[in-house]
This record gives sequence, structure tokens and C-alpha cells, in this order.
Amino acid sequence: MDSALLPPTTIASADPMVPRPFRIVRRLREVDGCFTLVLESQDGRPYVFRPGQFNMLYVFGVGEVAISVSGDCRDPGGLVHTVREVGTVTRAMAALRPGDSIGVRGPFGHPWPIEEAYGQDVLFVTGTIGLAPLRPLILEVLNRREHFGKVVLCYGSRGTHDILYEGQLHQWRGRFDMQVHVTVHSAPAGYRGRVGSVANLVKIARFDPEQTTAYVCRSETMTRPAVQALYERGVTADRIYVTLERNMKCGVGFCGHCQMGGSFMCKDGPVYRYDTIEHVFSVREL
Amino acid sequence: MERTAPTTGRSALPEAAILDREGLDALIAALRGDGYAVIGPRLRDGAIVLDPVESADDLSWGLIDEQDGGRYRLVPGDAQTAFSHTVGPQSWKRHLYPPRQTLWTGRRDGRGFTVETPADPVPHHAFLGVRACDLAAMAVQDRVFGVAPHEGRSAGQERFTDSGYAARRAAAFIVAVNCGRAGGTCFCDSMGAGPKAAGGYDLALTELPGCGTPAFLAEAGSATGAALLARLPGHAAGPQDRAAADASVEQARAHMGRAMVPDAGPLLARNLEHPRWAEVAARCLSCANCTMVCPTCFCTTVEDTTDLSGDHVERWRRWDSCFTVDFSYIHGGAIRQSGLSRYRQWMTHKLSSWWEQFGTSGCTGCGRCITWCPVGIDITEEARAIHDSEGRG
Repeated sequence: MDSALLPPTTIASADPMVPRPFRIVRRLREVDGCFTLVLESQDGRPYVFRPGQFNMLYVFGVGEVAISVSGDCRDPGGLVHTVREVGTVTRAMAALRPGDSIGVRGPFGHPWPIEEAYGQDVLFVTGTIGLAPLRPLILEVLNRREHFGKVVLCYGSRGTHDILYEGQLHQWRGRFDMQVHVTVHSAPAGYRGRVGSVANLVKIARFDPEQTTAYVCRSETMTRPAVQALYERGVTADRIYVTLERNMKCGVGFCGHCQMGGSFMCKDGPVYRYDTIEHVFSVREL
Repeated sequence: MERTAPTTGRSALPEAAILDREGLDALIAALRGDGYAVIGPRLRDGAIVLDPVESADDLSWGLIDEQDGGRYRLVPGDAQTAFSHTVGPQSWKRHLYPPRQTLWTGRRDGRGFTVETPADPVPHHAFLGVRACDLAAMAVQDRVFGVAPHEGRSAGQERFTDSGYAARRAAAFIVAVNCGRAGGTCFCDSMGAGPKAAGGYDLALTELPGCGTPAFLAEAGSATGAALLARLPGHAAGPQDRAAADASVEQARAHMGRAMVPDAGPLLARNLEHPRWAEVAARCLSCANCTMVCPTCFCTTVEDTTDLSGDHVERWRRWDSCFTVDFSYIHGGAIRQSGLSRYRQWMTHKLSSWWEQFGTSGCTGCGRCITWCPVGIDITEEARAIHDSEGRG
């Protein structure tokens, strides 16, 4: 695979507030409550994104939600979104079938930095559906594999039945140039895999803490123990990237909903270098 | 339209003239003749609001506003003055950034749908009577909506411009008015935003009181403004007229009703867990009045509507407020559940995090949030309380 830099991000739409219609070409069932849609543009214009960016997905007559892109940024075959059914819009989205249309605004947001980790070990820390927004980054790091030292994925799920992209995890584990550690929070008797927290995986993973960039994609509550485990291994805050979540309405910094302190999560985030937000991370209800 | 940039001060040699009441009337007529809808301060429902004006007679002659925390009253003043009142409950943002707008409409088309954007004509507004604080607020919103560059966190990386705001802003003709009187809740001087307009206008008027008849020093701030001024009946302004105008502005500066403590931004940033937040939250009703009257508050939400057939949809954008619980809702619940966190969000955003975002304060000292707060919460008093507590160690 070509390891050259990605083409520059282009402005997706003349008016960022107006959705572009995309057609659903495939629908995949994932773990319980999750599904993946593969979309193709209906207006003929190309769609270019960077790992970590998100779209505002619109279901006709229902509403709009912010969903991270989950596919390979070098794959022109389709725009991939893995979605969990949690609210009105995502439930309506779950009922859509191939041939139906969906509105797309984006891509929005600050992507995961990649070149910053060149020459270092790379550690991915994630759990449950957090693997979906992280997958484009993992794929891109593997696309440019020769620029990195060790590549390690620490993944945790609640049980043995909600391991997202399980087939792909097996495939990655089969590679000689990648460590994949999977843990579950609880397992039936006789389960031969690892049981426990993702933070424990960080403790046992093999990487050089002095020369590692860590990418953490977890809920806000679970980010804290992950960062703590990284600190204990000696990874400093300026080499830890985390992602956060807020209410999004516009995606371009005009509506104000996604503010956290002095940043707009939709354009300054959702990916942050941890040392830039550490001072506000512990303030409740900010 | 060439206009002095908001930050570069007024043009070097403003052309100036003295207008009387007929001259002011001629100004309004000339703007209307040029195709502008003139919006100015006029009396409605016991308050001075920003409505269409057709002649100088529509302006708020001889009215003074008494403003204090949670209090607004109009009382008679000098009948020969049109602008001795200060700012009312409305700000110009409602004309640059309307409270409700259709973003697009959609129609079901088989298993898909089509989207159309409404072809709204851009209104050509002439804003008559824009005070320095509100002019500064426009410069603030210019940064928010990607119209002007800024030195904030994402400086130089802005990819998006709000096209509706940009079009309305570019089409607007601005007649500023320098304040000769400060209101009870005004604190523009301590925010560096007034009481004299620093630029960003086409024409600036300064009322010269005590002349027995209405008299205005009119100064051009743009080529368009100068061209218009040349068409008006007036006589050339002399040094004594400028001196009188400056004295009038200094009079306003000397009588500011309030003052903001210096360096409020860093002060609030290091006091996010201060006990004062709980104290003010106990008084705050979370009514959102402050955000609605604020000339820089820009938050919006979207509403999707569907007709009964389910085949036609509309997306509307409307003003929203960080004081609602819904504002910060994500799956699982709202981030800012408590009134404390919502008041803190509003005040720290205005005075502190705005600097990080856009390289400027989000407050211009217009005082509306104090006047229109139903319980009279005073942003300058809240900042001072935190400031003074630090002094006590």
C-alpha cells in the first residue's frame, strides 16, 4: 500500500449546513445493537476524510446525529459508518436498508495526528464501540507501517458477545507486525481469554514508554483510568491523544453546543492532545 | 463597500459635517432612496427597540432610559435630542443573524430525497444608531462566523463561513452613534469597546446637546459614507464642533454605570471551582434572558419539521441558550445538569474562554444582561466578587 501522505482535505460542501444525499449500498450486522452502513455519494462528488473525523448523518424526516467515520480513508469504495442504536435518529437509521438514502454533512473535526508518531511505538487503547472511530487510524497506521516501531492495540469489551469487528481483530492478531490484546469485563466459565480492565492490558503490553504515542478512544469516564495506566507506564501527557464527545448541531463551530472550556469540540476536537485539556478534564459539568 | 476595519481605528481624515434635524431626515431619506431598509431605535411597548424607521420623526426624541439590574424605564429628557437614550433590549444581531431561519427544505423522492436551499434575497439594511458597544459586538460576531480573521485557538484554520451572516453583514450600511450619555448598566469603557465608535462604520453621528436645536456631528468612516454625506444638507464641521463632540463622549465615559474588573478572563479561568458560582446559581432562574439580549451570544439549535404526509421536511435554525438543560444533552444525559454549571458556562465563555476561541472578549460592556435579568444579576458584580475574594487570600 502506498505510504505517501493523504491528499489535502477539501471542503465537503459549498454550504456546510446542507446535507448531501448518499445511498446505502451495504448494511452489515455488528454486535448487538450495532450496525455498519456503507454509503456512496449520489451527487458524484468525491468524499475525502482523515481518520478521526466525523459526519453529521441525517435520516429523512427524523433528524441528524454526529457519527465518526469507521472505514479506510484510502478506500474509495464507500463511506463506512458503524452506528449504535441509542436514540431516535440511530433507531430510525437501523431500519434503513440498501437502496435507501441518508444525508451526509462533513467531514468535520480535527483528525488524529499521524506524522507526529513517526519513528515511535504506537499504542491504541479502546473499548466496545470505541474501536469504530479508531479503526480508520489503525488502518492508516498499518498502511504506513514502515514509519512506526511496535504497533499495539489494547481492546476491551463488556462480555464475549460484544467484541466489535471480531473478525478484523483476529486478522490483525495474525499479523507479525502488530500486537492485539483483548480483554472482556465478564466471561462465562471456561472462557480462555483475558478477563479484566483495559488498563490492565496497558500494563502488560510491550512498548517503549519513552518512545510511544498513545491514542485513547474511550468514553469520558473510561478515558481517565486509561490515561492513568499510561502515566504509570511512563507515557507523558504530550504523547497521549484522547477523543471526547459533546452535543453537536452544526459541526462547524457556529452553534456553540459542543464547547468545552475554550474549545469547540467539532472543530478543535474531537481529538485532543491530553496535555492541552488536562486542566479542564477534571472540572465537573464543564 | 470600503469600510474601516473594526480594529484599525477610524480613517485618518474623516470628512465631517454638521447636520440638523432636517439633515438627519435627509440622511434617512437618502438611505431609503438608495434602496436600504433603515432600521433605527424607536419606541414600542414601553421600550426602545430596533424597528424600521421612515423619517427622523420615528426616532426616540426626548426619551431617556433609566437602567439598573432588572430595571428599565423610559422618562422624558431633552426634547431636542434623538439619541440620549442608550441601548434597549434588542441588538443588531437579530437583523444580521435572525432568530429563526430556514436552512433548507427536503422532499421525499422514491427511496431517496432531494434537498433545496431557500433563495432568500439578502436584505439591504441601513442600521441607524449603532452604539460603540454594538459595533464592537459585530466585530466579535464577524470572528465567530468566519467573516473576519482572529487570533484564537483555530486561527488561520477556519474552513467555514456562515454565508447568510456574511451576506447580510456585507450589505449593511452602518450609521454609528457615539454616546453622549451612559446608562446605569453600561460598562463599555472598562471593556475597551466604547463609548466612542472606533471604526467599522460608514457614518458616525455625535449628538451635540445644548445647542437649543438638534445638531449632529456626522463623520464618514468609509468611501460610501463620505459619498452619502456629501449629498446631505449640512455645513462643514469646525474644530469647536469636534471639541464639543469629544466633550460629549467624555461626559458619557465619566458616568459609566458599572465597570468590569481588569483581567476578568484569567481571573475566571483560575476560579472554575469558586464558591461564588453556587451563590449566583441560587439566584439565577436559568431563564436565558441574558443570552437573548446579548449582542454577541451566537448559539443556535436546529429544528426539523415534517408535514403530515411525511414527504416534505424543513430544517430551521433558531437561537438557543446555554442556560437550557437540553443544550448540552448527549446520550445518557446533559453535561451541564446544574444551574451552577450553566451560569458558569455563560459567564466564563463571555469573559474568559472567548479569548481562547477568538482572541477577544465576548463581552462589550453593553449592560443588557444586567438590565434584562429578571433578578438583576450583574456580571460586573459577580466578577468583582471573585476578584475581591482572591484579594482576601
